[in-house]
Amino acid sequence: MATLTLGKAINEGLRKALEDDAKVLIMGEDVGKLGGVFRITDGLQKDFGEERVIDTPLAESGIIGTAIGLAIRGYRPVCEIQFDGFVYPAYDQIVSQVAKMHYRSRGKLRLPIVIRIPFGGGIGAVEHHSESPEAYFAHTAGLKVVACSNPADAYSMIQQAIATDDPVVFFEPKRRYWEKGDVDTSVAHSEAYPLFASRVVRRGTDVTVAAYGPMVKTALDAATAAAEEGRQLEVIDLRSLSPLNLGPVFDSVRRTGRLVVVHEAARAGGLGGEVAARVTEECFYSLEAPVLRVTGFDIPYPAARVEEEFLPDLDRVLDAVDRSYGW
Amino acid sequence: MSKGDGAQQSATANRSSARDEGRRKPPDIEFVQLLTPDGSRVEHPDYDVDFTDDELRGLYRDLVIVRKLDAEATALQRQGELGIWASLLGQEAAQVGSGRALRKQDMAFPTYREHGVLYCRGIDPIMPLGLFRGVDQGGWDPNEHKFNMYTIVIGAQTLHATGYAMGIVMDGKVGTDDGEAVIAYFGDGATSQGDVNEAFVWASVFNSPVVFFCQNNQYAISEPLERQTRVPLYQRAAGFGFPGVRVDGNDVLACYAVTRKALDDARMGQGPMLIEAYTYRMGAHTTSDDPTRYRIASEVEAWQAKDPIKRLRSYLERTHAADDAYFGAVEDEAAREAGTLRERVLSMPNPDPLEMFDHVYPTGSPEIDEQRETFARYLETFAGGH
Repeated sequence: MATLTLGKAINEGLRKALEDDAKVLIMGEDVGKLGGVFRITDGLQKDFGEERVIDTPLAESGIIGTAIGLAIRGYRPVCEIQFDGFVYPAYDQIVSQVAKMHYRSRGKLRLPIVIRIPFGGGIGAVEHHSESPEAYFAHTAGLKVVACSNPADAYSMIQQAIATDDPVVFFEPKRRYWEKGDVDTSVAHSEAYPLFASRVVRRGTDVTVAAYGPMVKTALDAATAAAEEGRQLEVIDLRSLSPLNLGPVFDSVRRTGRLVVVHEAARAGGLGGEVAARVTEECFYSLEAPVLRVTGFDIPYPAARVEEEFLPDLDRVLDAVDRSYGW
Repeated sequence: MSKGDGAQQSATANRSSARDEGRRKPPDIEFVQLLTPDGSRVEHPDYDVDFTDDELRGLYRDLVIVRKLDAEATALQRQGELGIWASLLGQEAAQVGSGRALRKQDMAFPTYREHGVLYCRGIDPIMPLGLFRGVDQGGWDPNEHKFNMYTIVIGAQTLHATGYAMGIVMDGKVGTDDGEAVIAYFGDGATSQGDVNEAFVWASVFNSPVVFFCQNNQYAISEPLERQTRVPLYQRAAGFGFPGVRVDGNDVLACYAVTRKALDDARMGQGPMLIEAYTYRMGAHTTSDDPTRYRIASEVEAWQAKDPIKRLRSYLERTHAADDAYFGAVEDEAAREAGTLRERVLSMPNPDPLEMFDHVYPTGSPEIDEQRETFARYLETFAGGH
């Protein structure tokens, strides 16, 4: 058991994947000598060479497009997109090519590509560095979309994402890169909790709170605060955004009768709406109140000095809990 | 014979015509031609081919069959048997020349118009027809055929080709005669796409064994070359740091010679090259297009005089490499192949609706499984009734 930051846990997971399979490649901007702007690939080029940890030209479509060719050739590229807001130049290659080639080939061609995207706000950055574009990808058939929330998951999930033959868009909560947690690096990724599964991370009886990525910690903090007031929140880390694994959410809501969904991404067209619709279909007679959403507003990500007001926080989650009870 | 006839005037119109006046260049070695439109063999200092009569007859046969199959597909679309067809009419030499230049181990990344290259790879010509009939979306294994699926998004495949070529280097399959190379097909319109320019950057800095084969057929649907470029396309390669050459795209011998050399240079580790095959799309962009709205008949007629098949036939006649009996036999063979293609298209079954849920993910998805089951139950409610 080691205590690692979330960023270091991904780094260790990448290292393990590079060791386990000679076909695994890391590619992206500044991932080599620099180790990435967040140092997630720190030291990997030194140990695995420039042919496997590749500093690419500065063009995101090119990163994904060439990764597709490498995957056709039998490689397993892990692409780093430097920031969430820079993925859009690669959007066509991801949505029209990565997502569809297996389908178009009637299953004859697999593209085991992982696209790592640090996402979300809270780091005081300038524009385009704090976005939450996960719904664009979760809406696209052919892509699997996951988000890690803690170091232990980060370590196993990145390895599982690389090992699966599905293309995976892997969202990393950048403001949690420095959060520490225990990681058991002796557990093989194949033995770890499954990649495309949600998980109850705190048991409770009164209100269910579903979140993913950076908002899981926020939800857990809210649960701690609520407990002091005598309300027991059950917190579920969705982990997999496509496919959604809502079985544990349904089970929980049938017990609590209340659900709050939390994400940083804007509300309109966001995953919270999808979760709410399905929970309503499955748990209609168990619900004591409508499913409530705590999300970013339907505005562009604002200037850094007001991002704390924009981002869902502990108080806004508790406010939603109150509103659920007040319905 | 002037270089490429209309070639330079459309590529560098306005800007350089005045400057060039009065200093006629020597025979243009930057426009590679080995067989003139009237069927005469000419020499080029850098490129040559030494085909036997048998091989020349083979190229003629390829050209005729490829054109005939294409005409049959156009007819099938007109009769409602295909949803759409992207005809290669006029571009047979570019496709047969480059397609035959590929060695067995080479990999091709086509657009949606490379039916001639596909044929020359020895692939069953029925393979892409499902896509155009609407019964599948390709459905073949690129690695099995060394021929990627057709790519409809303009230029996207040039990056795939480049990545694949990077993989060849990683696999240590360059630098020897049996090394591997990649060819990426695209058109004049695609050269404006970011992806194509990114592919040039990648291929250049990684010295990847990829040949960029641009069939400049003068039009991107309705837009003429002038809307894409102010310089001849092949000259763009210089800015990326690798060689570019313009070849007579209606000259099968020149297309073969230039492509073969570029591929062999690439497989030997000399990096990428851009080939601009200067040709003309004699038909519509696709069967949904009406070219009379954007180009004049005299332009089409001028290119008719440069027909790729006619010139090879003239050469074969002049050198007595083939006689009327041979030409007749090829026509008959092409007609038979076209007839067979027609029958096979007509007998293509529609897919089962539930098959649309298959192969979304290699490892499946419980959500899609659930949707498939739900939809199957829904369909069953119609069983035996209306």
